[in-house]
Amino acid sequence: MSERKIRVLIAKPGLDGHDRGAKVVARALRDAGMEVIYTGLRQTPEMVAEAALQEDVDVVGLSILSGAHMALVPRILDLLRAQGQENVKVFVGGIIPDEDIPRLLEMGVMGVYGPGTLTEQIIKDISAAVSRVERSSQR
Amino acid sequence: MSLAESVLQGNRLALARLLTQVENESQEGVEELNRLFPYTGKAHIIGVTGAPGTGKSSLVNQLVYALRHPEGAQKPVRVAVVAVDPSSPFSGGAILGDRVRMRDVVGDADVFIRSTASRGALGGVAASTANLVQVFDAAGFEIIFIETIGAGQAEVDIARLAHTVIVVEAPGLGDDIQAIKAGILEIADVIVLNKADRPLADNAERTLRMMLELAGNRQRTKAEGEQPSKGWTPPLIRTIATEGKGIREVCEAIQEHHRYLHSSGEWGRRERLRLQTELENRLQAILLKRLQDAISVETYEHLLNEIVSRQLSPYQALEILLDGVEQ
Repeated sequence: MSERKIRVLIAKPGLDGHDRGAKVVARALRDAGMEVIYTGLRQTPEMVAEAALQEDVDVVGLSILSGAHMALVPRILDLLRAQGQENVKVFVGGIIPDEDIPRLLEMGVMGVYGPGTLTEQIIKDISAAVSRVERSSQR
Repeated sequence: MSLAESVLQGNRLALARLLTQVENESQEGVEELNRLFPYTGKAHIIGVTGAPGTGKSSLVNQLVYALRHPEGAQKPVRVAVVAVDPSSPFSGGAILGDRVRMRDVVGDADVFIRSTASRGALGGVAASTANLVQVFDAAGFEIIFIETIGAGQAEVDIARLAHTVIVVEAPGLGDDIQAIKAGILEIADVIVLNKADRPLADNAERTLRMMLELAGNRQRTKAEGEQPSKGWTPPLIRTIATEGKGIREVCEAIQEHHRYLHSSGEWGRRERLRLQTELENRLQAILLKRLQDAISVETYEHLLNEIVSRQLSPYQALEILLDGVEQ
């Protein structure tokens, strides 16, 4: 009876303590009609993967400002795959040097959004990525 | 293998996916629920409600932790949490933030926390909350907490969904008139005064005690041919959830209430009421849907225009609408 909503986990893995960006994105996704699970600061990759499983999310958004993204992101992707959530889309926001972006995309990250990104862009990308997953799982 | 079978075998990913299906009330979800229903009816369902910011999530976090690490010879029980937060009435989206306070129980395979949005329901829980609880019950979780959205005076649906209702209060939220108004204090089986280290905590406790005494007097004057001593008087427990103070006492009160429910026969009565409420809610939803489907958009818009231009009162429009349906 009630329709399907896109569910997004917004997490801040690592040790930096600045979550304004994560909150701005969470709020924008809410206003786009998505259900956003917000987990707060200082999450380990295991905590992020565990929350993604329990909440059965379509998308995981990681906000990382500490520079630890090349360690944290592959770890989280591995954990998601290991628990059978290879269909979950992962995007990364925060401070990511340009040269790391292609490497993150190669690992399977859906998008990397630095400062100044329009939230409309993130919403558009998420909607497109989730509907692609749905089409392929129906087949 | 069906999702239901995987859930019964303890597969956590299947559990997560089935929760999504039943939350969306998809055809598949309903069929799987039918398969699981015979396995339900074992869990102790505990509602946690109270005004926004009283510390419901922090309290649940501590209670789950305490139940997983019991003192003495007690066995730890498997615990599930359904945490409800409000959906935006405008976008339909939601921010589900209860996990922020539930950090002490991550990494424990016998704890499962699921956040859920109210999706337009006004009673403090979502229409699908009962479905989520059924899945956890069938999956073998022995205690299921339902944390309602921040609730105040009217959001009492939890009383018909849970066996035990904990109402969380905090100092400084209202005067003594608030405490004797109708509302969530009436549905409390256990009252927790959280943030008990804050100023005004003693005032709040006095007010709540007075309210409890008044309620006790009322019970006694009702009589109804039963011995009044058999009834349950909600205990009032002071806690500081962020420091874990008073948590053991709340756990004991929960266990005490569980024993009372069984020894008094109240468990059976609440179970029946709970399932009756569920049946009625489903019935209402489906009848409403059928009725709405039977009314054409044109007729509806036309009548709404008539009401706006004061040609018809809402009651008169209703008669015309229902006449059309009955024919």
